[in-house]
Amino acid sequence: MSRLRAAWDLVRELAGERDYERYLAHRARYHPGEPVLGEREFWRERTDRQERVASARCC
Amino acid sequence: MVTTERPEGPGGRGTGSARRRDPRQIAIWTAVAVVGAVAWAIVAFVRGEEISAAWLVFAAVASYAIAYRFYSRFIARRALQVDDTRATPAERLDDGQDFQPTDRRVLFGHHFAAIAGAGPLVGPVLAAQMGYLPGTIWIIVGVIFAGAVQDMVTLFFSTRRSGRSLGQMAREEIGPVGGIAAIVAVLAIMVILLAVLALVVVQALADSPWGTFSLAMTIPIALFMGFYLRYLRPGKIIEVSVVGVVLMLLAIVGGGWVQDSAIGEVFHLTANQLTLALVVYGFAASVLPVWMLLAPRDYLSSFMKVGVIVLLAASILLAWPSLQMDALTRFASDGQGPVAAGSLFPFVFITIACGALSGFHALVASGTTPKLIQKESQVRVIGYGAMLTESFVAIMALAAACILDPGLYFAMNMPATVLGPTVETASAAVQQIGFTISPADLTAAAQAVEEQTLVGRTGGAPTLAVGLSTVFSQVFGGEALRAFWYHFAIMFEALFILTTVDAGTRVGRFILQDTVGNVWPRFKDTSWKPAAWISSAVIVGAWGYLLYAGVNDPLGGIYQLFPLFGIANQLLAAVALAVCTTLLIRTGRARYAWITLVPLVFDAVVTLTASYQKIFSDNPKLGFWAQRDQYQAALDAGKTSLGTAKTVEAMQKVVFNTTLDTALTALFAVLIVIVLADSVRVWITALNGRPLPGGSEDPWVESRIQAPSGLIATREERELARSGGSG
Repeated sequence: MSRLRAAWDLVRELAGERDYERYLAHRARYHPGEPVLGEREFWRERTDRQERVASARCC
Repeated sequence: MVTTERPEGPGGRGTGSARRRDPRQIAIWTAVAVVGAVAWAIVAFVRGEEISAAWLVFAAVASYAIAYRFYSRFIARRALQVDDTRATPAERLDDGQDFQPTDRRVLFGHHFAAIAGAGPLVGPVLAAQMGYLPGTIWIIVGVIFAGAVQDMVTLFFSTRRSGRSLGQMAREEIGPVGGIAAIVAVLAIMVILLAVLALVVVQALADSPWGTFSLAMTIPIALFMGFYLRYLRPGKIIEVSVVGVVLMLLAIVGGGWVQDSAIGEVFHLTANQLTLALVVYGFAASVLPVWMLLAPRDYLSSFMKVGVIVLLAASILLAWPSLQMDALTRFASDGQGPVAAGSLFPFVFITIACGALSGFHALVASGTTPKLIQKESQVRVIGYGAMLTESFVAIMALAAACILDPGLYFAMNMPATVLGPTVETASAAVQQIGFTISPADLTAAAQAVEEQTLVGRTGGAPTLAVGLSTVFSQVFGGEALRAFWYHFAIMFEALFILTTVDAGTRVGRFILQDTVGNVWPRFKDTSWKPAAWISSAVIVGAWGYLLYAGVNDPLGGIYQLFPLFGIANQLLAAVALAVCTTLLIRTGRARYAWITLVPLVFDAVVTLTASYQKIFSDNPKLGFWAQRDQYQAALDAGKTSLGTAKTVEAMQKVVFNTTLDTALTALFAVLIVIVLADSVRVWITALNGRPLPGGSEDPWVESRIQAPSGLIATREERELARSGGSG
């Protein structure tokens, strides 16, 4: 069961769904006590970043 | 010499000291070698009887396994001396956004999705005109000794330099001249790449209401997904992607009904109408917010990528189709190939870029991926491994093209202007080059996939789609699903290409804004609308013009433009390999410089020979300038038609296009010579021990995290993680 759980988490991470969890973990570790973005704001900010940083896609 | 190496040398995991000969390992690798050797022998030497396409796959997989196990390990340990005690930029500079230690399996997926698209599906199909053997050898040998090496070494050095881009590394390590040449090369290749890929889409969708409808539907589907993620359920990527994929499959099924219904005419577009639509779309996608189109399309296309590759590999193994194409056709030696001119050397190495050696990958391997990698030793699985996977896709594409009847293959891939308007003229044209297919068979082939015609559908995508639909329908659904699978294949290729067009136009726009920004600072601001609109228009205009010229080229757009695309891509590979070689020499690894120097020399010889032939060949089929002269002379003599150009306007078009093609080829050749000359200057200076400016390896900082090196963690690595070593 725990293996299934781990595999599902990996799929979610692959799809980028765990980014908010990872962000919270990052804030808790490096900036404890500071305010964090809400889930909605986080996703909005994350997509809007791509307006400024283009990621190359090959052929 | 840079002395940022950790004094006591690499290591840290203690594997080097405990090297014992494990009999089980020896047995396994001997077995892999034997399977590989048998498969290669069958592929290379069996003549006169049909062999199964699966042998290509076996030869490839066994070769990849051996290369990965031995060669990539040699490069990582001996030459690069990867050091897992050293913190990577992701760990040192972790900001939770750009820099972030990312699980190697996840990063492998992202890196693969970024490097592989329609490229490895198109090039091998076009190269199949020379037979399956040249393409197979180049794809496998090329990836092992050139392509995967380039990706891995670039990734390593960029990781040692806080994720600097290829252009930045070229400027810092080689010098400003080489650096500027590298950036111009990047912009030029981007434009050619987008034009050629868009041309592939146009060729696949022209006069095909089914295909056009399905692809058009991806726009509302992407918009829906975009709004869903923005406003309804942010972050729920998997559920929205699953919904998106289901909607897309419905759009493919729906396309069949639309084609037969009254509204079918709405989606019946000519090549020029499609060109216009793509240009408008490209511009819109570049200026619209990312969340509306680009991001959701990226999710769709990544999901499809995984599905299609798995489906393809499984089908080839299950259906076990036999290769119909010869191992070697006469076009390999006589250079008269009807798909693209030129003999095996150098043109097979130009036609197949993605899958064997693709310079474009260096842009992904520097810049994005190095900022996310957890451990230096992972450059092996991510750099070398992901490229091997792309090569595997290319082999399967080649196999899918070679299982077609060669007569049909040529009837689809010769320029439409050569084939003429009807199945009868096409059949006669194919006969002329020594292959046969009857008009009735041509009609039947088109009917089987419910298209009006397959004649002159150049660009590779339709050929691959026919091949795939043959294989898939043998395994799933039989004849009833032939047309569905054909349009499924067309759809995912077009989807990959539109994703590249979206992203590529935007990247080109950013480079342009950045460059102009050096003179006019405000232009750099990517959120400033006028700058965004102007630079998008310039980039879209550039590839749109080339696309338009290609669609209307009397000599055939793919025939003329594909070699240019290949030359541009291999030029960028030469830049990347030159940067890698420079770095190996400058960082005290000169005795291993051959690792990138040998592929660099080969690639430079190929690219320069191809450019030389394209510019100076007297043969008007091959040389752009000879073509130009031929048509100009005919115009001067007052002729009103020549070859496939039936009017004076068409002849003038040929003169103009060939002049432009010559100029572009010359530009590429000059750029490569500049980069090479500048690199050699740096090598000589470095080897003589004289000081050099620049060079920016990050200082050594101890790593505090543990992570496995390979895709699957070893027992030791797992135990280490369990004992609390994980960070």
